[in-house]
Amino acid sequence: MTEIVEETLCELRQTFKSGKTKSVAWRKTQLNALRQLVKDNEEKVFEALYQDLGKHPIESYRDEVGVVVKTINHTLSNLDKWVAPTKGKLPLLFFPTRGEVLPEPLGVVLIFASWNFPISLALDPVIGAIAAGNAVVLKPSDQAPACSSLIAKTIPQYMDPKAVRIIEGGPQICEKLLQHKWDKIFFTGSPQVGRVVMTAAAKHLTPVTLELGGKCPVILDSLSNPSDLKVAIKRIVSGKWGPCSGQACIGIDYMLVEEKLAPTVIELLKKTMKSFYTESPKDANCMARIVNKHHFQRVQNLLKDPLVEASIVHGGSLDEENLFIEPIILLDPPLDAAIMNEEIFGPLLPVITLKNIQESIEFINERPKPLTIYAFTKDENFKKKILSETSSGSVTFNDVLIQFLCDDLPFGGVGSSGFGRYHGKFSFDTFSHEKAVLRAGFFPELEARYPPWNNFKMTFIKLAYDLDYFGLFLLLVGLKRF
Amino acid sequence: MGFVLPTHLKTDLSSRLVGTGSARAFSYRFQRKNHQAFLSFPKLVVSSASFSQKCFATVAPVVAEVEEKETFDSETAGLLVKELRKSFNSGRTKSYEWRMLQLSNIARMLDEKEKDIIEALYKDLSKPELEAFISEISTAKSSCKEALEGLKQWMVPQKVKTSISTYPSSAEIVSEPLGVVLVISTWNFPFLLSIDPIIGAISAGNAVVLKPSEIAPATSSLLVQLVEEYLDSSAVKVVEGAIPETTALLEQRWDKILYTGSAKVGRIVMAAAAKHLTPVILELGGKSPAVVDSDVDLQVAVRRIIAGKWACNNGQACIGVDYIITTKDFAPKLIEALKNELEQFFGKDPMNSRDISRIVSSTQFARLVKLLEEDKVSDKIVLGGQTDENQLKIAPTILLDIPEDTQIMNEEIFGPLLPIVTVEKIEGSFDVINSRPKPLAVYVFTNNEQLKKSFVENISSGGMLINDTVLHVAVAGLPFGGVGESGMGSYHGKFSFDGFSHKKSVLYRSFSGDSTLRYPPYTPEKQKLLKAVISGNIFRIIMALMGW
Repeated sequence: MTEIVEETLCELRQTFKSGKTKSVAWRKTQLNALRQLVKDNEEKVFEALYQDLGKHPIESYRDEVGVVVKTINHTLSNLDKWVAPTKGKLPLLFFPTRGEVLPEPLGVVLIFASWNFPISLALDPVIGAIAAGNAVVLKPSDQAPACSSLIAKTIPQYMDPKAVRIIEGGPQICEKLLQHKWDKIFFTGSPQVGRVVMTAAAKHLTPVTLELGGKCPVILDSLSNPSDLKVAIKRIVSGKWGPCSGQACIGIDYMLVEEKLAPTVIELLKKTMKSFYTESPKDANCMARIVNKHHFQRVQNLLKDPLVEASIVHGGSLDEENLFIEPIILLDPPLDAAIMNEEIFGPLLPVITLKNIQESIEFINERPKPLTIYAFTKDENFKKKILSETSSGSVTFNDVLIQFLCDDLPFGGVGSSGFGRYHGKFSFDTFSHEKAVLRAGFFPELEARYPPWNNFKMTFIKLAYDLDYFGLFLLLVGLKRF
Repeated sequence: MGFVLPTHLKTDLSSRLVGTGSARAFSYRFQRKNHQAFLSFPKLVVSSASFSQKCFATVAPVVAEVEEKETFDSETAGLLVKELRKSFNSGRTKSYEWRMLQLSNIARMLDEKEKDIIEALYKDLSKPELEAFISEISTAKSSCKEALEGLKQWMVPQKVKTSISTYPSSAEIVSEPLGVVLVISTWNFPFLLSIDPIIGAISAGNAVVLKPSEIAPATSSLLVQLVEEYLDSSAVKVVEGAIPETTALLEQRWDKILYTGSAKVGRIVMAAAAKHLTPVILELGGKSPAVVDSDVDLQVAVRRIIAGKWACNNGQACIGVDYIITTKDFAPKLIEALKNELEQFFGKDPMNSRDISRIVSSTQFARLVKLLEEDKVSDKIVLGGQTDENQLKIAPTILLDIPEDTQIMNEEIFGPLLPIVTVEKIEGSFDVINSRPKPLAVYVFTNNEQLKKSFVENISSGGMLINDTVLHVAVAGLPFGGVGESGMGSYHGKFSFDGFSHKKSVLYRSFSGDSTLRYPPYTPEKQKLLKAVISGNIFRIIMALMGW
């Protein structure tokens, strides 16, 4: 196992050193090949996702295949613009010196993907890394084995095997990978493992991007228009149970609502769920299942606390054999219970009632910074308050999840939801070093820069730093005292 | 998971630093420093207490507890962070007005206290007044000025395009402060490298703790005094000290850490940050080479190299020229020119020139002497080599063709020794540079356009300067920071603001335009339309809607 890692790394370093991956043409060829891979293997991808997570093909297209294709298209049509250096502004004094910021690839990068979106969270960062001109090792999650092996089998057929490698495996292989020096590590997963990754990266001074999760709240203000409320509930249901059955880092974790509104909201939630997933969600085939036994038990344990169990207002069944949990709604579970202190990552929705919806700001601020805050409200002042008084990776008003699809918005967390960002140009930046380049000529030469120091030079430099060109002129023609 | 977390940081930090051979000096300083910290810390606390009491009566008991402590340990550090968090949570530091007030106070401080700063720098490093002015005060001034002028613009949320898949919506990126940040600075530019990050942290709206370097004690204690006098002491604090204080600080949870210093300690800082998932900016150093081609204007090139070596804190600078690469044929000419210009700048007896800084401490002096006295090194001196332990002075020293396996060619020199490496052809310098860790800066002197191009394309470094040295730090439009062993993250100008901000994505949607497409139950028609929408292909959307 150690040998595989070492050999791979050695070969990729050689490839990177040869300069091959830096050529824009090479990058485009690779991205086109990846798009072709996804196109040719669409059915196989759907199959693998069904096998690993029971995802419906539409959900798979919306959250995985579609995302990858869209990212590749966006990257291909913008790459020429991104690789071009940007000018740095220089004071006139430095004329004719020119400054620019040139993006350059970091080298050989390591990407750890997670199991909940085993295709898009693996390939999306790969697109960024390739676009920026790096050699890449991708470690897909071993908890989604069908997707992992599909990736491992197809990537070498389409992409340059000397620059893009897949290494499959579990914690042991992770540990091996982390012992080596990389030029960047991109990690999607939990804060616990995030800490381990960063600690290992510190040994080699490797920069990291950590895409973690957290408890993403949805704030539901009282909406006077009943049709607005209906739309809001539809979106909330799709943001909780839609993406991988709640097993999503940007999925809704819990809901904040005013006490008096709670009964109506719960009724509406139930109704909407029925129209989406029928009376028997297990057979409707529109909801993903829980990834494995371990996570099934973890979610099950969240409900074990008798006080939590007592707070269930809409309870689906838990089918351990098929790893399927039907949607569950809880009303005001105790705040000190595990369900309100760890990321749920499953189809349970606690509804927390507040006297006044404005209190939701305090409620959120008492907890670690989430990856996303969703808020359904038409109150402009409240929107402003949420924006300026809470902190989160992102904020989406009146909808769920779609911030993920917006290429021009950075995607990433803050505080315990991670750091660093990607998507669109931000992916390119994440895998690039911004090299400052300054070009000077040998003429003109400012004597005042050099010792021996005297008062004239001091006066000159002070004027120069104040950009006082008139004063400088006076000094140089001898009309100013120094 | 099968991962093992590293051993406790505290032992890690001290044992590694002891391992560097500077243990004696450190512990000596620490004892002396401890005494000072004991004297100065209550002073720092009293002033913040009076301010805090005005704002939050509840802080007072916490402060009283701090005052009773004799040493700055983890517990004291924890209380300090707690107090700052309280200030940050009050929202005061987020306001544009607060940031502007602090920044203009810094600008005023730089004007009013210029003499004191120059004096402190002279005490710590014998830094010539003009050098202190150029490299520390005026750079801080322009940094502050740029923040004052740019802040309003920087704070404006950036509107971004949204795609058809999220239509109708609007989106923006909002810059928000991270919270309470820690700045650990260093001794070579002890004033600038403390105040510049503070300017960035404040302009982004954070509360900040500065830990200046104990190796530049005069500047360190001046910073305590200045910050107290000019800045909001409930949100900006200075903690003086050495390893124990730094360790105590690093045990706390910060929202960002900016560290300037060595790669060795950089690793420790990052590992400590990992425990709390704190992002870091590491400003480290490395061996920054200057490549000199034979077609250059030799006099100008040589003067700029001297400006970037000896006139830049006597080589004790992270972006200073570490070594020169030139061709075998050109080396004698280059050395001759260096000798002439050095004499022009520092006179016949550079050991007594007032235009050059001294070595900061006896530890650093001893380290440099050791580099110079190594077996295969001492006979390679072509200029200089004189040392004076009492005055902590080492003459500008040039060495020619030192073997690669010596210490001087494998660690950052950080002093007035300049090795010249010769290659057959100038293109040979690529291998010399690429065989080492990525440096913070690469300086290239050439008139050959092709060569310039291949340097820019093939050499990776934090920054690259064609035909000059060091100047890029003074350009606010350029990010300043390393890559690989020379660090991560960057700052200066707007990059400082960005480095201390979180870029929050905000997406606004209305309730109209709700498409059933997104929701289950899933049907084949939905799949077709969804594909069209996500790919943003209007034609295919219409086709799908028409039932094709």
